[in-house]
Formats: sequence, structure tokens, C-alpha cells
Amino acid sequence: MLDVQELELNMGPQHPATHGVLRLILKVDGERIIDAKPVIGYLHRGTEKLFENQTYPMNVPHTDRLDYIAAATNNHSYCGAVEKLLGVEVPRRAKFIRVMLDELQRISSHLVWLATHALDIGAMTPFFYTFRERELILDLFEEYCGARLTLNCMTIGGVPEDLPEGWIEKLKEFIEIFEEKIWDYENLLTDNRIWKKRTIGVGVISPEDAINYGLTGPPLRGSGIKYDVRRAIPYEVYPELDFEIPIGKNGDTYDRYLVRMEEMRQSVKILKQCIEKIPDGEIQAKGLKFIKPKPAEVYFSVEAPKGELGFHIISDGSPKPYRVKVRPPSFINLQALPSMVKGHLIADVVAIIGTLDIVLGEIDR
Amino acid sequence: MSQQSEKKGQPEYLDGMNNPFVQKLKEKFKENIINAKTYGNELTIWISKDILIPLCKDLWEEGFIYLVDIMGIHQPKEEKNFALSYILHNFKNNERVRLKVEIKEGELVPSLTEIWKGANWLEREAFDMFGILFSNHPNLERILMWEGFEGHPLRKDFPLKGINTGASIYPDVYPEGGGPPKKEDKNA
Repeated sequence: MLDVQELELNMGPQHPATHGVLRLILKVDGERIIDAKPVIGYLHRGTEKLFENQTYPMNVPHTDRLDYIAAATNNHSYCGAVEKLLGVEVPRRAKFIRVMLDELQRISSHLVWLATHALDIGAMTPFFYTFRERELILDLFEEYCGARLTLNCMTIGGVPEDLPEGWIEKLKEFIEIFEEKIWDYENLLTDNRIWKKRTIGVGVISPEDAINYGLTGPPLRGSGIKYDVRRAIPYEVYPELDFEIPIGKNGDTYDRYLVRMEEMRQSVKILKQCIEKIPDGEIQAKGLKFIKPKPAEVYFSVEAPKGELGFHIISDGSPKPYRVKVRPPSFINLQALPSMVKGHLIADVVAIIGTLDIVLGEIDR
Repeated sequence: MSQQSEKKGQPEYLDGMNNPFVQKLKEKFKENIINAKTYGNELTIWISKDILIPLCKDLWEEGFIYLVDIMGIHQPKEEKNFALSYILHNFKNNERVRLKVEIKEGELVPSLTEIWKGANWLEREAFDMFGILFSNHPNLERILMWEGFEGHPLRKDFPLKGINTGASIYPDVYPEGGGPPKKEDKNA
């Protein structure tokens, strides 16, 4: 018999398939993974410390840099937390604008996920397809707020700008194009034999484990738990909107893929309803010239593309927050990675990192 | 309801001790439930650290099976100068509760990893950023900062710049004591 020897293998921190500066210390027996240990912190910028040293409105642009491919939901979560702290009600038109930006951001984040996830596994074509449509979304963002990635598109108490003229028409055009294109992606992948071989049964996580690890977003819903912050603890105008929460059955990579694809369709459904329902009116709550809340502690969360993104804020009566803590979905989802990769091949690690949809800017803060 | 757009004013903390949920816990844990308050729709219960594990196990039975987050807090002005906020979520009725544990520096807090595996990294983060110690934690080491880093960065007495963090890898650019890079003479 041959000697069986365990080998320690470093994956990352500079590795194209780890989606950032994630380092994994893999213990392998041949090609099989015995254990994995994620090492993080390479992108730590001390954002939480910065938050404590700036006034409330000054912090909004910093939230863009957490999950940098889904900036709108970060802005939303932070602004929502401050509004909850102050007891401010956002005007109805601003709520609709926020929901529309959130859903566009969800689609664009899922498109990046699909592109990179498929590319990691070896399917190159979806990358070109999805980035073509993402470009249209980024154009919409650019027209609204001037930025494409770090949007800074919400303020405490509302949104900074009203929708530009003709924006809704462009959104309608985009929806018309995009609805068909989702089928293009699905035609490329859903029944593709190679795709199925690479994803079915890979990175399985049971519903019990998923809850125990605190997973949220598609990784939790892929395991069959119907939990979505938009429905569980509704915010803005989501209670009035009609949409489904897609769930998977087996909790594997393929189911999470299906969940995200369906989520994009549901986002389109939400966008269509928003276009019909959006009222005229104010976009910014009044009386927020100088923000100086009394001592209190709040937690507010939104459903970001990657899961539940929450902000804790403690105020102490000064214009700067006393403590701000982010609950980044990627940080907590990544924790389940070692249990998901055990027993799989090294090539599957790449698939599992992709399916968790992590962003290191958010993990390391 | 959602038509309102005027500012309503900041909510006040209300006494939450009469809440039936708190009453039930109070019957079992007596004086270990120190205080309870509500702010907006959030219920916060201050508890002593001795009952953290049994209380969480009880809450688990009731349906609070999802640990949302753990936050460390440094409050140097208080006698108990560190605190931890736990947020638990009940999937049955989508209720949330915040448990707050206040401790003095150096006191051990029981680790929740035996109930929630997800508590592992959250507690490591509290240790890394504040130096809060947890008993029975499987792997209590730094998570975001590197090994050998001096101090705990989110403490209030940790300055924004100007201390040696062991980061001066390029002494000719960055001064050895830490702080901003050496600049060429501006006036020259």
C-alpha cells in the first residue's frame, strides 16, 4: 500500500477564484479535502472605527465600500438604522425609489455572481451575457446618481435626488430586455449536463446546520427555509408588493443557483409593480438638518443580495455615533464553508466559494 | 400609515418588565434578569452572564433558533466597562429579542458556540476588537487583525493614529512608532 499523507495547501490570498483576498488553508489527502480553514482580514480597513469618528451623514459613503457590488442595499441598511434611531418616517415616494434601487442592485449583484460563479466552474459564455445586461443597470444608476458602483444613493430620511426625467421609461425598456435574457442564461446552464455534474450534490448544507450557522439569503433559502427579511420583518413598501420567496430543496449548489435565478425574476416583478404604484411627492423627510439623537441602541436590517445585512447603532447624544456594528451576511455565510467543502475535491472548493457569493470588502470591513 | 412623511420624534425607552415574555423569564431566573426596556419595537433584556447559556437554551426551545448577531461594546465611563449585545430571532412569529450582558474587563463570558456554531466567528471578532474573553470557546484567536497585533482597536482608548501596531514594515516610509507616512518637507 502507498503511504497516505496529508498535505497542507494554501489557496489564496491572491487567487482569482476566491473573489478577493480570501486565504484558505486546505488539508488534503490527495485531491480530497479533509479540512479547510479560512483566514480573513487582508482587506480590513477599520470601517467601524471610522464610523465612530464621523457624524451620521458622513458615514453613508463609507457604507458603499462594504459590499462594493451592492452599494444601494448597504446605504439602505445604514440609513434605515439611523431613521429607526430617530423615529423618522421616510416619504412614500422615497420609499419606492429605494425599493427600486434595491431591486436593481439585487439583479446586478446576482448577475455578477452568475458570471463569476460560472466562470469559476468553467463556463465562460454566461460572463459575456450577464455583463451585457449589467451594463444597462449601471447606466440606470449612473443616470440617477452619477456613480456606477459606489452609489451613495440614499440619505438619512430619504433619497438625495428625484428620478431624472425619462428614467422610468428607460427602466421599462430594461425590464423588457431583461425578462427575455434570463431565459438565455437558463438555456445555457440549467439543463447543461456539465453544469449539473459540477453543482448537484456539491456543498450540501442541511436546513438545521444552515440555521445553526446563521446563514441568510440564498444559502439559507437553498436549504428550504423560507426566510427573507423583506417578508419576515418588513420595511419600506414591501408589505404592499406581491412577490414570492423562492426556496430550494436539497441545499446544494444547484438549488442555490435556481433560487438566485428565480429571485431575479421576482425582482423584475417588484420593479414592475413599483413603476405602476410610485406616487408623486416629497423625497426627503423634514427636520434632519442636524442629527443629534438621544442615547439609544437600535438594530435594523434589510435583505441584501447576499443575505441579511444589518446595522447596530448606539448613540450617546452627540452628533457622532458611539458605536456602529455591521452584520455582514458574507462574514457569517463564509463560516459554513469548512463544513461544506469536507470530502469534496479541490475543484469543488471553487464552486462552493462561488455559490456562497462572498465579498471580501464586507467580510473584512 | 405610510402616508405620513413628517418627523415623529425620537422614541423613548419604555419599561419592559411587565412584558409577559419577560415576566415568564423572571419567574425562572429571578434576580438574574436585571432589567428590560423597549425602544420602538425592540425589546432589550439585561441579564447577568451566569444565566446566558441556560437562558439561551430555554429560548432555543421556544423557537429562538437563529442567532442574528453579537456586538461588543466598550463603555469606559460605566463601572462594568464592557458589554455584549446578542440578537436572537424566532422563526415561528418573526420576533426578535436583544440580550445584553455587562461585564468588567477580564471577566469570562460563557461562549455560545455550544448552542450556535455561528457564534464562533462573532465571538472571535469581539475578542479581537475589544479583548473580551470567552470561556469554552474552541478557537479564541484574532480574526480580522493579524497575530502579534498590539491592543484591541475598537476600544475607546485606542487612538486613530500615532501608536505602534507592529505595522511599520517600511521604516523609511512609515515612522517606526506607527502613524502617517513621513512627508517631504512641505515648506521647502
